[in-house]
Amino acid sequence: MAEQIVAGPTAAAFAAATEAARDAGPAAVPAFAHAAGAGPMLEAEELARHFDVSRPLLQRLFAGEARRILRAVDGVSFSIPKGTTLSLVGESGCGKSTVARLVVGLYPPTRGRAIFDGQDLAQARADSAQRRRMQMIFQDPYASLNPRWRVQDIIAEPIRAFGLVTDRGAQRDRVAQLLTQVGLSPLDGEKFPHEFSGGQRQRISIARALSSNPEFLVCDEPTSALDVSVQAQILNLMKALQRDLGLTYLFISHNLAVVRQISDRIGVMYLGRIAELAPAETLFTTPRHPYTRALMEAIPDLDMTGRKRIPVGGEVPSPISPPPGCPFHPRCPLANDRCRAEVPALLSARGTPESVVACHAVEEGRDHIEAPLAVAAALS
Amino acid sequence: MMPALLEVEDLRVEFPTRRGLLTALDGISFAIDPGEVLGVVGESGAGKSMTGAAIIGLLEPPGRIAAGQIRLAGRRIDTLPYEEMRKIRGREIGAIFQDPLTTLNPLYRIGDQLIETMQTHLGVNAAEARRRAIEWLELVGIPAAAQRVDSYPHEFSGGMRQRVVIALALCAEPKLIVADEPTTALDVSIQAQVIALLKRLAREKGTAMMLVTHDMGVIAETADRVAVMYAGRIAEIGPVREVVRHPKHPYSVGLMASIPPLDRRVERLAQIEGAMPRLSAVPPGCAFNPRCPYAFDRCRTERPELLETDATRAACWLYDAASERHVAGARAHG
Repeated sequence: MAEQIVAGPTAAAFAAATEAARDAGPAAVPAFAHAAGAGPMLEAEELARHFDVSRPLLQRLFAGEARRILRAVDGVSFSIPKGTTLSLVGESGCGKSTVARLVVGLYPPTRGRAIFDGQDLAQARADSAQRRRMQMIFQDPYASLNPRWRVQDIIAEPIRAFGLVTDRGAQRDRVAQLLTQVGLSPLDGEKFPHEFSGGQRQRISIARALSSNPEFLVCDEPTSALDVSVQAQILNLMKALQRDLGLTYLFISHNLAVVRQISDRIGVMYLGRIAELAPAETLFTTPRHPYTRALMEAIPDLDMTGRKRIPVGGEVPSPISPPPGCPFHPRCPLANDRCRAEVPALLSARGTPESVVACHAVEEGRDHIEAPLAVAAALS
Repeated sequence: MMPALLEVEDLRVEFPTRRGLLTALDGISFAIDPGEVLGVVGESGAGKSMTGAAIIGLLEPPGRIAAGQIRLAGRRIDTLPYEEMRKIRGREIGAIFQDPLTTLNPLYRIGDQLIETMQTHLGVNAAEARRRAIEWLELVGIPAAAQRVDSYPHEFSGGMRQRVVIALALCAEPKLIVADEPTTALDVSIQAQVIALLKRLAREKGTAMMLVTHDMGVIAETADRVAVMYAGRIAEIGPVREVVRHPKHPYSVGLMASIPPLDRRVERLAQIEGAMPRLSAVPPGCAFNPRCPYAFDRCRTERPELLETDATRAACWLYDAASERHVAGARAHG
């Protein structure tokens, strides 16, 4: 069983959440947890990444401005047990893609750290044997493949870079095997990326990511650029690969319906922080954070139940000058004075102990989960 | 009976290329009544945006309308000279595009863009136009409209800009709005605000709307009828409820089934094998036949027209009386 080692103020909450997840039954128990020993694949401890978006020094001096710091990610903790999928969802600018880049070491963190299979990520990145075990899939399959390279060379590059297979013939066989694995033909290796559709290109990206035999895949909106019928193909492929190879996924998406299909656990991000983190089923059946509830209520309804939707008012504030207290308070119907002053900690939620929620209203029990959000606001 | 506001009849759009003539749209026919919202869905490259572009007369050269007619309130508009069409755009047909940044002129104040549009098309004086500009901004939910009317586009967030674009498309009170992916660039919480706004305005002003999007959720919430496009043709058209819940064309069936459900987890999503053909390689007969689980000989040779089904019209030989035998066979297999 995955052992959760989380430091910092959220440790207790995580311990509780893990405990509950353990009791929740087979959905929460990864089939492959045994495959590579105990311990999570990846842990994030209070990860933060700030960007300096100040104007150049001279201009700043003339204008008498202070530095402007964009807090893209501001203290995010989670842990991903081996063989499972954690998804991070949220609107543009919430920091989810920055987290993806932090956990594969594309950005160094400003604060906090990531631990890859028990080893500090910075160290793991320096070791090619460790680096090979993590790969990333990007959103845009048009931009992420070199247009001048043949597909077989694109896929073989990690094999060569890591020196996994040196024999030319064996390399060719491996590429053919990878192409077959992602549902393409071995003959496609001869072609160039432009000869493929968006969905096929994403298959090529996946084949390239798989070529170094990774255990951990970070997928940043892998289906967002694809049409819905193609998206279904890619999601099915990713699920099959996880089942067959025991992969661990960190899946970044803005699409809640997609996330529901693929995740074991889901973190909802808002303005650089995690608002709520819960097992997938719990998040959808009993969303707790007012922002999660608002998101669920805002999604267009395909069943046409004629349900009256109450859109969340306002917009996501700027991460350069986030509001004090809870970042969601300016849009939250449940906000009170405490919410405007004090940043809520991620705590195990009353009623759904397997969820951790950063919300004073939930903590104080004035969130009326049985009623729609607008009604809950009137009640509280 | 009131005549339809927009009638598209047997529209064909062609692109001459070095490798030969590409038919991008073929045999597109539909009508939109005043106050009605027609949703147009399909995969990228199916021709949804191009249909919209043909209607507003902004086909990218060398694309051209090769056959068919487009009529607005009974008047043919596809053959109008550029200047004439320019007057119709804005005044009678409003257009909303996906990216609000490219629609708004970054060098003009928001208000001035609205004012200019109204002065050009409605012939009102500057003071009146300004008053109405503020009114429109309030109507689309811009807070402190009286001050923000003098802001530049870059001072607005994405969601606010898209609302300004909507105000801009509506301010000349057109009879028809062609909205191409109006909510795609927006986050889900903002998207809900914009959809609610479009719906309300269409209802209050009796404006007809052609809503092009790949998001079935948006269509289900907004449209009255929906057309499903595939490889430059309409595969199925009918009331939105019917097409979403009981699609008839095998492509619509596959498309609806591949949408990940929000209310439950499924082990494996239904998927349509293969990919939509390129325009240069549309197969003979029904364009969907190589991917269709029900395809029979006729589908490979003869192109189906839109045929009546229970509640929709589908371009599929399964719904032809002469193919009844095959239908029975296909259903037995399916």
